[in-house]
Amino acid sequence: MSPPLLGVGEGQSNVSVVSSPSVDGSCQNGSGLKERNYMGLSDCSSVDSSAISGLAEENKSSLNLKATELRLGLPGSQSPERDPELCLLNPGKLDEKPLFPLLPSKDGIYSSSQKAVVTGNKRGFSDAMDNFSEVKSAVFTEGNWMFPTVGSDSETSQSKPQGKFHVSPGVNAILPVRPSLNSGVKSASAKEHSGTQPGMKKDIVPLKPRASNETGHNTIGASNNNTSAPAAKAQVVGWPPIRSFRKNTLATTSKNNDEVDGKPGPGALFVKVSMDGAPYLRKVDLRTYSAYQELSSALEKMFSCFTIGQCGSHGAPGREMLSESKLRDLLHGSEYVLTYEDKDGDWMLVGDVPWEMFIDSCKRLRIMKSSDAIGLAPRAMEKCRNRN
Amino acid sequence: MAYSFPEEVLEHVFSFIQDDKDRNAVSLVCKSWYEIERWCRRRIFVGNCYAVSPRIVMRRFPELRSVSLKGKPHFADFNLVPEGWGGYVYPWISAMAEAYPWLEELRLKRMVVTDEALELISRSFKNFSVLVLSSCEGFTTDGLAAIAANCRNLRVLELWECEVDDRSGNWLSHFPESCTSLVSLSFPCLDGEVSFSALERLVSRCTNLRTLRLNNSVPLDKLPNLLRRAPQLVDLGTGAYTAELRPELYSKLGDAFAGCKGLKSLSGFWEAVPSYLPATYSICAGIRSLNLSYATIQSPDLVKLIRQCPNLQRLWVLDYIEDCGLNALATTCKDLQELRVFPSDPFGVEANVSLTEQGLVSVSEGCPKLQSVLYFCRQMSNAALFTIARNRPNLTRFRLCIIEPRAPDYLTLQPLDAGFGAIVENCKDLQRLSLSGLLTDRVFEYIGTHAKKLEMLSIAFAGDSDLGLHHVLSGCNSLRKLEIRDCPFGDQALLANASKLETMRSLWMSSCSVSFEACKLLGQKMPSLNVEVIDERGSPESRPESLPIDKLYIYRTIAGPRCDMPSFVWNMGERSALRFS
Repeated sequence: MSPPLLGVGEGQSNVSVVSSPSVDGSCQNGSGLKERNYMGLSDCSSVDSSAISGLAEENKSSLNLKATELRLGLPGSQSPERDPELCLLNPGKLDEKPLFPLLPSKDGIYSSSQKAVVTGNKRGFSDAMDNFSEVKSAVFTEGNWMFPTVGSDSETSQSKPQGKFHVSPGVNAILPVRPSLNSGVKSASAKEHSGTQPGMKKDIVPLKPRASNETGHNTIGASNNNTSAPAAKAQVVGWPPIRSFRKNTLATTSKNNDEVDGKPGPGALFVKVSMDGAPYLRKVDLRTYSAYQELSSALEKMFSCFTIGQCGSHGAPGREMLSESKLRDLLHGSEYVLTYEDKDGDWMLVGDVPWEMFIDSCKRLRIMKSSDAIGLAPRAMEKCRNRN
Repeated sequence: MAYSFPEEVLEHVFSFIQDDKDRNAVSLVCKSWYEIERWCRRRIFVGNCYAVSPRIVMRRFPELRSVSLKGKPHFADFNLVPEGWGGYVYPWISAMAEAYPWLEELRLKRMVVTDEALELISRSFKNFSVLVLSSCEGFTTDGLAAIAANCRNLRVLELWECEVDDRSGNWLSHFPESCTSLVSLSFPCLDGEVSFSALERLVSRCTNLRTLRLNNSVPLDKLPNLLRRAPQLVDLGTGAYTAELRPELYSKLGDAFAGCKGLKSLSGFWEAVPSYLPATYSICAGIRSLNLSYATIQSPDLVKLIRQCPNLQRLWVLDYIEDCGLNALATTCKDLQELRVFPSDPFGVEANVSLTEQGLVSVSEGCPKLQSVLYFCRQMSNAALFTIARNRPNLTRFRLCIIEPRAPDYLTLQPLDAGFGAIVENCKDLQRLSLSGLLTDRVFEYIGTHAKKLEMLSIAFAGDSDLGLHHVLSGCNSLRKLEIRDCPFGDQALLANASKLETMRSLWMSSCSVSFEACKLLGQKMPSLNVEVIDERGSPESRPESLPIDKLYIYRTIAGPRCDMPSFVWNMGERSALRFS
């Protein structure tokens, strides 16, 4: 059964990947709700390494595993073997031999396809599989609970079990409850722990954000969070998960109660940004910028895909990248100007007032065509004329 | 059928069955029950407006009086869903205007509501009485004015955290003098001013008014008059709760509160100053629900207020309360069922208040009825989570947000797998869980093993491999909503558990490792799912198929691909696939 997680010193060496809990859960599911049998997993009783390769082999024929393997290599690799009629949903097959397709069969196909992984995957899939194998092998050597320090390709080496793990004195009471530990091996078990390094906290945080930066363009500079804590933290989109209404309200309240906190730069201030001709709006947090230049370059980057679209037909693959200077020209030159709606509902040209005053009164931004902005301010007209 | 009841009898029996699940069960008994039931169903809840179409709903249920719709995925609250994704209510309104002239109630969440839609509502439904908009956007106070002006029998008008363009057009004044039907009026999310005289008159003549939640623009000195006109209030949201200390205002306020003997719920307290808080003390003994989450009051004053409320069942508060305040809460409020602690400075690097995991541990020890927790903090330990789990096996909602992504147990520097594992193992009725901190695949194994009643799971910056996702999809039998961001989950687990997705309402994955190829496969093979790829970088066709897509939203549907997708959303279904070839 499932190892109890509470209770000091109970030290179940039963590393739970092996145990039956998944059987119980899935079995219950399988018996009551047959039509919802998740493919191949209802009685996944053996998730242990000895059965792995065996299962993989014998199930290939019954479940057409190959066909469901996702080739992560470039299209065309291994494709001759692919069966176009994938058995993903063949109901007849669903009740058959369970197979968890992720099992790390020492199958050449898995490893070779992984090597062809294109960079840009947040974690090289090979790393995931390697780690998985590591976990699997680690699982069966008792007490060697591996803490997978996952990350991008450069950190593959760290996924091997590491040495010392220094813990603070007060920690020993906590360790034994970890299911992978044997009881009575309290302080010694600390040393058995792998993968974690001293002073880890500061190291760990950048590891993953760095990996996520490869694809997560939303992760704004999370990897900048170094050991020397920066004064103003770079924000990840949507994190912490607080609704905009609350964020904006906090910002306003904190501004009013400055003497309470005595700290600058509270909260976030999201405003909508629209661009003439662009199909959708964006939202930016004005507090992440401290000057007009920053805001302007951020907007350029954000809306660059639209200006590309302007050049070609929308929806066509935008393989030709506009050069940065041409982009700037588009935004600063005759094409577009940046305007904002202030608290009174008037549309003003961005840049006329000091930055602090601007973010105080800006409710919404709009990147409009300079030709439309003529009535807005004389400056826009001037720009037009100078350009042409 | 000699032995069956006449239809009228069955219909009468069914009228006592209100719960959606029960109604659905009734309709599955036999064809005639299906027919009878569908003609007498009066209310429906559509958890995902794209799971079904207005036409399908109207065809099956011709006599609805109350409709609830939800639009965007939950992560839209945190700006993860680009503007223009969808969730438009207008098509529903226009269809219902024809099919349901007797519609009375509309409850919308995370939908785009325009002024046109509001105007159409106000003109189309003669008996319209309840409008609740939560986290909606797209409308202005002009739309509200139309509702106020045209809905003769309006009883409920509630706006929760909506983004409303305030045109300052005195929408409130559009309630005709003849309107006396209001029971609930709530607009805390509006920016602009309302006409105070119109408000006072409205409150005076609506003698059944039970809920009144004002916005920040209503100053404190207007509150006593309003309260005096509505002594029957049960739920009050104050306006701005700040003024210079003026004794006569203070005593007027105190008297006014004392007059509202039935008050059970207090909220608002925008910009609250501590010196005016004691004005509420006379009614605090009856208070069940207190929302101080916009009040930047420090712990000692918060504690003084809380000590007056021994019957408190729900508390929403900022982390200014600190551990010591939560200790006081734990000793005073033995009936507490729900606690939400929000961060006052979520983007600060250092903690600005002394709120740690200890506060939550204290409350878990002292409040035996605690079921629902939302807690933002900056440090957590497995030990604390063990304690909480041991103390409170009756938890049904546990949402923990450790502000720093991937923060480990601060004592041991270990992942928090075991701690969360203890939560799911002990709290057998857990329905909702949000994870944070440093987590490996192991925590998902625990979740898949133990969290059998879990319906909604939110995951961020966690896990190591597809195994994690696989555990969840294969183990969590009751899972309906799964939302994931920034986790290394990819194709394998998703494809292996494809049929699971049909048993869920929706799955959201953003900044993960799901390839375009896998999405296409899923979309082609699962016709009952809408597999939507959201990618603002341009068409995923323009990149290698094995690269991860940006955002993925999968939901089951009987309405097929939707026709209002913007240019940055692609449906991976069969027909759409032809587009790519």
